[in-house]
Amino acid sequence: MSTSRRKFLKWLTAAGAASALPSVAEGHGHFTGYSDSYGVLHDTTLCVGCRSCEKACNEVNDLPAPDRPFDDPTVLSDVRRTDEKAYTVVNRYDVNGPSGSPVFRKLQCNHCKEPACASACFVGAFTKTPEGAVVYDASVCVGCRYCLMACPFDIPAYEYNKALEPRVMKCTMCHPRVAEGKLPGCVEACPMEALTFGKRDDLITIARERIRKYPDRYIDHVYGETEVGGTNWLYITGAPFETLGFRTDLGVTPAPELTSGALAMVPVVIGVWPALLGGIYIMSQRKEKIANQEKAAAVKDAINTTQAKADAALKAATEKAKNEKDKAVEKAVKKALDDAAKQTGGGEA
Amino acid sequence: MADEPMVVERPLLSKFNVIAGLIILVGLWLTFKRFTGGLGAVSNLDHSNPWGIWIGFDLLCGVALAAGGYTTAAAVEIFNMKKFHAAVRPAILTGFLGYSMVVFALLYDVGRPWRLPYPFAVNQGVTSVMFEVGACVALYLTVLFLEFSPVALEWLGAKKIRAVVVRLTILLTILGVVLSTLHQSSLGAMYLLVPSKLHPLWYSPYLPVFFFVSSIAAGLSMVIFEGSLSHRFFKDKMDDEHRKSANDIVLGFGKGCSMVLAAYFAIKVFGLALGNNWNLLGTGYGLWFMVEMLGFVLLPCLLYAIGVREKNVTLIKWTALWTVLGIVINRLNIVLICFNWQLPADQRYFPHWMEIGISVFVITVGIVVFRFIVTRMPIFFEHPDYKEAH
Amino acid sequence: MSESIHTLQEFMLQTKGIIYLLAIGYLAGFVWFWRFLHGRDKKEDQIG
Ligand code: SF4
Ligand code: SF4
Ligand code: SF4
Repeated sequence: MSTSRRKFLKWLTAAGAASALPSVAEGHGHFTGYSDSYGVLHDTTLCVGCRSCEKACNEVNDLPAPDRPFDDPTVLSDVRRTDEKAYTVVNRYDVNGPSGSPVFRKLQCNHCKEPACASACFVGAFTKTPEGAVVYDASVCVGCRYCLMACPFDIPAYEYNKALEPRVMKCTMCHPRVAEGKLPGCVEACPMEALTFGKRDDLITIARERIRKYPDRYIDHVYGETEVGGTNWLYITGAPFETLGFRTDLGVTPAPELTSGALAMVPVVIGVWPALLGGIYIMSQRKEKIANQEKAAAVKDAINTTQAKADAALKAATEKAKNEKDKAVEKAVKKALDDAAKQTGGGEA
Repeated sequence: MADEPMVVERPLLSKFNVIAGLIILVGLWLTFKRFTGGLGAVSNLDHSNPWGIWIGFDLLCGVALAAGGYTTAAAVEIFNMKKFHAAVRPAILTGFLGYSMVVFALLYDVGRPWRLPYPFAVNQGVTSVMFEVGACVALYLTVLFLEFSPVALEWLGAKKIRAVVVRLTILLTILGVVLSTLHQSSLGAMYLLVPSKLHPLWYSPYLPVFFFVSSIAAGLSMVIFEGSLSHRFFKDKMDDEHRKSANDIVLGFGKGCSMVLAAYFAIKVFGLALGNNWNLLGTGYGLWFMVEMLGFVLLPCLLYAIGVREKNVTLIKWTALWTVLGIVINRLNIVLICFNWQLPADQRYFPHWMEIGISVFVITVGIVVFRFIVTRMPIFFEHPDYKEAH
Repeated sequence: MSESIHTLQEFMLQTKGIIYLLAIGYLAGFVWFWRFLHGRDKKEDQIG
């Protein structure tokens, strides 16, 4: 079980008591990372490309034997990347022309302060430890390889040829060794002290100091100080970084920030959509009901009008008939009265 | 079942069965290779190109093209457009099968498929967009299953359970739209994490919106397209209501899709302005971008409009196919063609034939199941016992 | 027992986790509320 999960569960169980929730150390959503974390400074001006670090890394991590031995200099003629058999590789760059002295650069996980791999992993298999290392937990990994996609430095590798328990493979900054108080394997093995292990903050000071002391020797930039939000592995060189295979177009945005906007929209959709769609449903239902009612009313109306007309006609006819009848009756009565009067008058006369 | 003799009577079927059978045999062999030799044994995936056509085609295209389910259900159940009623069941069925195929393909793609529940059951990586996609797809598959279940229950004659499920229709539809909005857009949001690898013409903070809007166009077009295919092959299974409303559906969905494509084109242009990427239009990738935008978004938008004005059903049907093709191109651009664009050509990915073989196998299984269902269950016709029921 | 958060990643792990739980709760609550809202409608008006 990874640390992040344990923390998550702890927070969940503690969710009732707000005071138990971890508070944000830095205000306004700005995070500066673990202040006491370790890192490694790689000074390419000191590196001779002996690949002792590769060999040491292979040994301390029990990695499979390499395809070509570590003392085979021809390996350096290809630009390589890390893979499932090598957490770290050293590449040669002939930046000073074929005859000039080449520059060597060691490549491994940079242990980002805000790791893209950790942000990407949907089982939280990666953890940024307070010691600085970004560690991977194979016991939960599903193998979706989104972490390989996400890493801006193309570092994690996958065991594509394992059917049963393929793992993501990457440098651990020798987290277990550091916990025991030892140096990372590669740092310990470096004969030239091109690698310096220490507190990240101190390493930045050291790097700046070297640049200040030897301005002709170094480019005035510490790679990793701000790249993608900062990394715990830092580099200083004498040749422009882009000529040594460094990506200088990565920007300073930490990975989690790239997706935080989209993730923030999720609860908005969940909150608003049901009400909105429910409302539309009710309205369309009501519209139909009203339309139906109007239709019914119109039919009823039509029937009523006809009825009324018929009634009126009947009434008129009845009245007329009645009038005529009345008139006839009147006439008859009058006639009868007249007749009677005549008779009476005649009788009396 | 009683319909079995029908199947034998269909002349096309024996040929279909032979081809499908062969594909499935090859698929089973590839499956064996995949699960005994690992991903490397059947694919060209590597450390720099971890996602290939299984994600690019089967997952991204599959989910977009299965969007017909939620768009049609929303139009009929929520917006109360009764005249499209006959389109709901085929759309839900293809949605359900489409998503099942997506999950099926995922079983091949992920390294340890038996751990797929881990993100929810064991350790929740909630910072990942993929966590949300996974949760929504899993829930939506359940919703589609429930939406589809009345069909199977009618076929099986389980009236009581059917009545319960039908009562839930509106809630399921709303939930379906919520989940679809979320995961359709989040598939795009997954690529927000790779600004350094995806070509800037395709990378945009709007990616989730692009994916959502284009999924509506894809869904509507797929309903039109599948409708015309089904008319070709399953006409004898359709009742009068279905045949009569077919043209209404084509015209109505064509009109809707035209509007959606217009909106999609507009926001794509806005996205271009947002990233200030105009200068890239002159490059090779820029030309390809223009082909996609003009040829596969603007053109179908206009063709749909003309088709609707002229009441030209044939034109609309062909435009639907073109639009579907355009969405496929867009998804493949993002996952494969314009991804890792700055890597040298020899480090780029091209699918191994066995990867394509597994994709074809997955699709074939989907089509076989679709045929099985529509020739038996009340999809294109109403079950005589439930005529009045909806 | 309060511990502090140092990285955006940790912050999002916590906040998104809580938000997902709230969202599930909201969806369940919405169904109940919908029925409450329409519960007294006349039979033929009843929705859902
Ligand atoms: S360099 Fe890559 S693998 Fe290493 S922590 Fe950063 S994102 Fe993760
Ligand atoms: S491959 Fe494993 S570690 Fe990498 S993102 Fe997927 S589940 Fe996480
Ligand atoms: S820190 Fe350890 S794991 Fe990383 S490259 Fe050095 S030796 Fe290898």
